[in-house]
Amino acid sequence: MAPIFAYIAHNDGVIDETALELLAAARKIDAEAPVTAVVAGHGPGLHAAAGALATAYETVWKFSHEALAYPNAEALRPVLVSALPAGAIVLMIHDTFAMDLAPGLAVKRSAAYVSDVVDIRGMEDGTLGVVRQEFGGQVGSRVAVESAGGMVVTCRAGSFAPAAPAIAGTVEDKSGEIGVVAAKRRFLERVVPEAGDVDITKEEVLVAVGRGIEAEENIDLAVELAKSMGAAVACSRPIVDARWLEHSRQVGTSGQTVKPKVYLACGISGSFQHMGGIKGNPFIVAINKNPGAPIFQVADVGIVADVLEFLPALTEAVQRAR
Amino acid sequence: MEILVCVKRVPGTLENEIKLNAAKDDIERDDLVYSVNEWDNYAVEEAIQTVDRLGGSVTVVTVGDEEAEEVLRRELAMGAQKALLLNDPAFAGLDGRGVATVLAAAAKRGGYDLILTGAQADDGAAQVGGMLAAMLDYPYASLVNKVEVTNGKALRISREVEGGAREISEIELPCVLSIQTGINEPRYVGIRGLRQVASADIPCLGAADLGLDDGALAPRVRREAYFMPEPGMGAEMLEGDTEAIIARLLEMLKDKGGLK
Repeated sequence: MAPIFAYIAHNDGVIDETALELLAAARKIDAEAPVTAVVAGHGPGLHAAAGALATAYETVWKFSHEALAYPNAEALRPVLVSALPAGAIVLMIHDTFAMDLAPGLAVKRSAAYVSDVVDIRGMEDGTLGVVRQEFGGQVGSRVAVESAGGMVVTCRAGSFAPAAPAIAGTVEDKSGEIGVVAAKRRFLERVVPEAGDVDITKEEVLVAVGRGIEAEENIDLAVELAKSMGAAVACSRPIVDARWLEHSRQVGTSGQTVKPKVYLACGISGSFQHMGGIKGNPFIVAINKNPGAPIFQVADVGIVADVLEFLPALTEAVQRAR
Repeated sequence: MEILVCVKRVPGTLENEIKLNAAKDDIERDDLVYSVNEWDNYAVEEAIQTVDRLGGSVTVVTVGDEEAEEVLRRELAMGAQKALLLNDPAFAGLDGRGVATVLAAAAKRGGYDLILTGAQADDGAAQVGGMLAAMLDYPYASLVNKVEVTNGKALRISREVEGGAREISEIELPCVLSIQTGINEPRYVGIRGLRQVASADIPCLGAADLGLDDGALAPRVRREAYFMPEPGMGAEMLEGDTEAIIARLLEMLKDKGGLK
């Protein structure tokens, strides 16, 4: 039975709920295997994080070093490569830090790598069965991962119901195993976004536009509809990439997290990165001309239509209803 | 600066309804239009702009069959100087590590200062850049949304992290960066540009040329089957004519507080 290690990110000592999702994922791989939480950093935050993890994980490995004060994948990777036992299974949440760390970690440990896993089917004859999504979430795939040389597996946040054990685990300080840390990438600063003219995080009704709007001038269709409804305009990533709207209007993991009552998704496919920015269980209406768009799996109400034709008709109806 | 950009030919699936083939081991590809992976296009644009400022050259490379040549030509038309096709029957069915192994072997022959990839492609794995960097022992940064050349030896980069924040760091050359969409505005490629590169020579290298044997390429991650998401867990679909749909939608919006 290969030991399982869950790398847990922390924000100055605060542990995210995903720490317990990884524990649940580990149990789905092997209900019997020992599962160790791994946490790295420097200063009081690290000790708080390790302590918090020991209420759920039997063993917590703590790596303390100045170079790890800010999560730097280039600095952390060699630490993990040498400290973890051969054949180990390493779990991480598929976030922007994992994208930095996990692929190279798998290579340096000669382990198999599978990313952004949404479900785990279990281990059979030395292979791990997992479920992924491809083509922007439109198709699911069953994937077999060879476990012989160990594995690095990143899990999509929110895909595993968090395990909730209450135990008294032990924290082991592994800092002595850190060798020379000489990263060729040095962290300089973190820049947080400036607030835009409209704060979409405070709006109760959002009309959000995506790729289906097709051209910059068509943004007006959403603006008109929003005006008639008393709503604000938000958008998905491609609209910001094309510079048709400000970044402060973007909903998603790389944008704003919103908590509206009603969310009108217009021409938005519904990638998990976009849906990750919608909290508070709003009433979601999806309008998309592709009946296979993933947004229809998460919306409350779906309408298969071209937003360029549908939005003006809806705006007119809303105005008439006033 | 000598820059290598790794690109991939992918089917355009965002605006199309995807269906599975009879064997359920692939999607039905007959009616799909292929193009360069969206993220890769930003990577090529970034490389071209960097070389425009500093000199050097941009080489685009892909692992694929003869048909993949079309995306290399497209990127040549965009402004890349050289293209390289890595094609061999042994490259069919590679996993992400296999693709990175082939790219690493090609990169070692070139002596590049900077290697760019798109942040991810159609399978959403976001893995090839990080693996390639580790194989070459180069530093790596993912999801890069700004690149500045500070001196000849390092770059000042910004990468995208959660919540719209950016993380600024300095990374030594040579290095590998995966490029996030939105970093620039990829230039338009017209028919005229494509015509100009229609007869450009694109060298092709296979496994033997790259010194790769089957053992190095054996996949450890295999896709066993595709499936369509379960129907029924999704939305209540409003059907009928537009007028009826809108009338029903208005009722719902009023009910849920969507009309203020």
